[in-house]
Amino acid sequence: MPRAFTPKVITANALIAGDAVWFTADNRWSPKISEAEFISDEAHADLRLLEAQARQDEIAGAYLADAKDGPNGPEATHFREEFRTRGPSNYAHGKQVEL
Amino acid sequence: MYKYNDFDEAFVRERVAQFRGQVERRIDGSLTEDEFKPLRLMNGLYLQLHAYMLRVAVPYGTLNPAQMRQLAYIADRWDKGYGHFTTRQNVQYNWPKLDDVPDMLEALADVEMHALQTSGNTIRNVTADHFAGASADEIEDPRPVAELLRQWSTDHPEFQFLPRKFKIAVSGAKHDRAVTKAHDIGVRMVHNDAGEAGYEIIVGGGLGRTPMVGKVLRAFLPREELLAYCEAVVSVYNLLGRRDNKYKARIKITVHENGLEKMQELVEARFEEIRKGFTGFDQEMLKRIETAFASPAYVSKSSGNFEAARLANPAFRSWADTNIAAHKAPGYAIVSISIKKHGQTPGDATSHQMRVMADLAEKYGHHELRISHEQNVILPHVHQGDLPAVYAALREADLATANIGLVSDIIACPGMDYCALATARSIPIAQDIATRFDELKIEHEIGELKIKISGCINACGHHHVGHIGILGLDRAGVENYQITLGGDGTETTTIGTRAGPGFSADDIVPAIERLVTGYLDLRENADETFLQAYRRLGMEPFKAILYPSEDKANAA
Repeated sequence: MPRAFTPKVITANALIAGDAVWFTADNRWSPKISEAEFISDEAHADLRLLEAQARQDEIAGAYLADAKDGPNGPEATHFREEFRTRGPSNYAHGKQVEL
Repeated sequence: MYKYNDFDEAFVRERVAQFRGQVERRIDGSLTEDEFKPLRLMNGLYLQLHAYMLRVAVPYGTLNPAQMRQLAYIADRWDKGYGHFTTRQNVQYNWPKLDDVPDMLEALADVEMHALQTSGNTIRNVTADHFAGASADEIEDPRPVAELLRQWSTDHPEFQFLPRKFKIAVSGAKHDRAVTKAHDIGVRMVHNDAGEAGYEIIVGGGLGRTPMVGKVLRAFLPREELLAYCEAVVSVYNLLGRRDNKYKARIKITVHENGLEKMQELVEARFEEIRKGFTGFDQEMLKRIETAFASPAYVSKSSGNFEAARLANPAFRSWADTNIAAHKAPGYAIVSISIKKHGQTPGDATSHQMRVMADLAEKYGHHELRISHEQNVILPHVHQGDLPAVYAALREADLATANIGLVSDIIACPGMDYCALATARSIPIAQDIATRFDELKIEHEIGELKIKISGCINACGHHHVGHIGILGLDRAGVENYQITLGGDGTETTTIGTRAGPGFSADDIVPAIERLVTGYLDLRENADETFLQAYRRLGMEPFKAILYPSEDKANAA
């Protein structure tokens, strides 16, 4: 039996800066996961991923990442995706200081 | 040091210009990421978790002061003011912007450096003993051979699409500081029974998913046959190596699946076919290269202030006893600069620190610097009389940590703080272990101990050959750390054995503390190192220390 679909967000790296970005419902790339489109339907996820991947001149490597709905918008569920929302743990670099 | 000739210069400049065009076409949308990715990887440019990463080759780990200063300049101008020295003697920048990378490569070319073949299924940067040309136990300086191999392998038309990446290490000394037995090809300088100098060729070593100790393919290869023989090895691998499964594509698997004898037969046959094509031009080139690596003009002067400083300053004495190695020239010493200050990121140096090290190399070190695979920086030729001045300058720059070869001199890969392949973080674990043992003030009492940490099974942190290895994994969405014991990366290379179930991020540092303090009780005397004690006693007593509750349960 195929695994049940879990909610997703679409994420990628920005083409020039290379930082993590998330695809919003109004077709922008946001540096904040909380602004991402929260996708709970599998067919819609596949469609949106195609649309995201087509934006080759803005991003690289778009993929679907597991997410949950939080009080301020989507949140990461896996620690890897959580690290992408803030930056490395050894320096105050990346989103933890830039946003 | 080797100086680029007109060919090298033109080649590197041309590649920068090509890549500049490729970046422009990627940004204007005429190249997709799928099309661009292999092109950027050929130029050492990765895309990681938070940014791009540029991996710059430091051939056989050798740098001159101008190059080190340029690395500092690049760090300031296009990155966040620091660089990361890696276990392959390279340097990585963690925050470049795509449109700046061609300028970074141009700046590297200005000092005869590049990022070519630091990625992709090619022959990667050739590594060598970081004490090359200086150590007291050396047969011959391995760097001319490493440079010859670099020139041969760079843009080699037959070897640009190998089944998988291919790493060569060269050692010229009795003690193997280049981990030659964990490389696709390891070249060790040896003498035969007739006293002639030649090479022992080791093949099929490697860490990663399926760790293997390299096997001797040819016990003695005459010097002049090296290039033809290496070409035969890679050529056989290129055809025989598997391309159906990337986890079975490295030459270690080819050797394992086909057997050493079959490899020997095929390599010798291929060698016979191609050796006539090597008409001796490579040996002429090698002679020219060798002149570039002539020993520096050593000076003889008094070492008196070294002894005086040792007596007067306990901190200097501790540093000198720990960070200095024996040099072949009278009155000289090899200085290892620790890039492992307790609590700092292993291998990270700021641009200021790079400039200080460049200045010291210029003033006291015959213009030479080395990057070690253990992520430290070496001043290979320092007169003992200059050591107090070198120490004082290093102290000013926060570079005088006296911990070379000790428990806090930890190798750690970037792990999930940067790397897209990682399954867990490595850096915070290394920071916490080093900080903890600094608090305990027992690292000099513990003595030689190599802890190596990888944040995934690919083993960039060499955990398999750590006396204590730590492997970070993702276990059901949580970081988990497995311990291996008894690994060794020297001439007696051994793959460590897994001790048992992994530890959580919170439990791993206490587990290491328990293990190391437990070893202090187990050792016969203060001279018995952790590795020696492990070899004498085996896994069981160490396992009992690591998993005390299990032990009690069994006893009950």
